[in-house]
Amino acid sequence: MNVAEAITQQPAAGVDLAADFRSSGVAEILDELDRELTGLKPVKRRIRETAALLLVERARQRLGLTTETPTLHMSFTGNPGTGKTTLALRMANLLHRLGYVRKGHLVSVTRDDLVGQYIGHTAPKTKEVLKKAMGGVLFIDEAYYLYRPDNERDYGQEAIEILLQVMENQRDDLVVILAGYADRMERFYQSNPGFRSRIAHHIDFPDYENEELLAIAETMLARQNYVFDDEAKTTMAGYIDARRAQPHFANARSIRNALDRARLRQANRLFETARGTVSPQELSTIRAEDIRASRVFATAATAEGDAAP
Amino acid sequence: MRITQGTFSFLPDLTDEQISAQIEYCLRNDWAIGIEYTDDPHPRNTYWEMWGNPMFDLRDAAGVMMEVRACRGAWPDAYIRINAFDSTRGFETVRMSFIVNRPKVEPKLVLARAEAQGRVQRYSMQTIIDTPVRGHP
Repeated sequence: MNVAEAITQQPAAGVDLAADFRSSGVAEILDELDRELTGLKPVKRRIRETAALLLVERARQRLGLTTETPTLHMSFTGNPGTGKTTLALRMANLLHRLGYVRKGHLVSVTRDDLVGQYIGHTAPKTKEVLKKAMGGVLFIDEAYYLYRPDNERDYGQEAIEILLQVMENQRDDLVVILAGYADRMERFYQSNPGFRSRIAHHIDFPDYENEELLAIAETMLARQNYVFDDEAKTTMAGYIDARRAQPHFANARSIRNALDRARLRQANRLFETARGTVSPQELSTIRAEDIRASRVFATAATAEGDAAP
Repeated sequence: MRITQGTFSFLPDLTDEQISAQIEYCLRNDWAIGIEYTDDPHPRNTYWEMWGNPMFDLRDAAGVMMEVRACRGAWPDAYIRINAFDSTRGFETVRMSFIVNRPKVEPKLVLARAEAQGRVQRYSMQTIIDTPVRGHP
C-alpha cells in the first residue's frame, strides 16, 4: 500500500500538530528544560528535534501511515557531570507524555547491576533489571564496561546479548539509553555493531562554559536556600577557572562537591566565630573565605592563600 | 475435568491481554508477583514449583508477561498460576492468585475409599493424571 492509497483509505481529515503539541504536555517539559537546565544548547536542540519527530510519528500512526514503533533507543555521550543522568530523567518524562513508554520511570544501572559473578548468574540478573525497567527507560551508565575485549570469557557479553534481544523485540515496552565518555563509547560501538544499528538517536553533551558553571553553582545554592555574597561570587568564578585545569574535573559534579565543602566550612566558621544569636542571613550566606580555603587555590595560586582564615 | 482454583477459574481462560490487565492491577497495589507451576492440581497441594524468584519493584506488566511466556515455553503442559503477595502489615499474604495456563488434557480428581478400623470408611481425593482408559466412565 503506497502513501496515496493510505491517505485515501483513511477518512480522518488530518492532524492539528500544534494542538497535539499543546495537549500532549510536551511543551511544558521543553520549557522546563530551558528554564531549569543551564547551557547544553546543542542537547536541548536535539531534544526539541526528537520531540518533533516523535510527535509527527505519532500523528502518522493515528492516520495509519505507519504502524511500526520507531526505534527510540538512545546514546548519550559526554564528559562526567554534563547532565546525562538528569536529561535521561527528563527524557523518560517526555517519552511518557508522548505515549511511547507506558509508565515513564527511569531505572539507572551500571555494569555491576547487569553482569553476574559466576556462570549462570548473569542472565537472571540482567533479566531482573529489564523486568523492572519495563514500561519505562533503562539508563545504562558507562555502558562500555559491559564489553571487556581483553577477556573473551567475560560475562558482559551475555548481558549484551540479552539486552540486544530485548531492545529489538520489545521496542514497545522499553527504551534503553546508553551513556558514557564519547571516545570509549565510540570504541564500544565499533566492537558491538549490534548496538549501533539499534540506536537511533546519538546525543553529544558538550562541556560547560565557566559562566554556565557559575550559574549552575548559584542555582544549586538557591535550591538549598543559600546565597553567595558579591565577593564569594568572584571567588567562585576564580575557583571554577582553577579547578578546570586540575585532573578529574567533572563539570557540574565538581561544582556540587565544592559547594558541599564550602557549606561545611561555612558551618564551621559560624560555629567558631558566632557569639549569641546568628541571623538567618548569616546562616544562608556563603562568603569568599569559605571558598578560598579550598586546596584548589593552594595549588593554583599560593599568593591568594594568605586571605584564608 | 476443569480445575477451578483461584480467582477467575469459573470464567473461560483469560487471554494474554486480560492477564496483563490483572497484573497491572496487582502492580498498582504494590503487590509482589510470583509465578508457580505444577502437574498436580490437587486442592491440598499448596506447594507448587516456583518459576524463578518472586518479582519485586516491577512497574509494568510486560516484565511479568515475559516470565509467563518463558514458563509456558518450558512447561506447556502444566498448570501455571500467578500469585500476588501483599506485604502490607496486617495482610502479609497472597491477595490474589489465578491460573494462566492449563494442560491440554486436565487430570481428574477421583474419590478414593479406604478401610479404617472396624469397617469405617475414610474418603480422600486423588489426582489421576493419565488419560482415561477406554471402557471406564
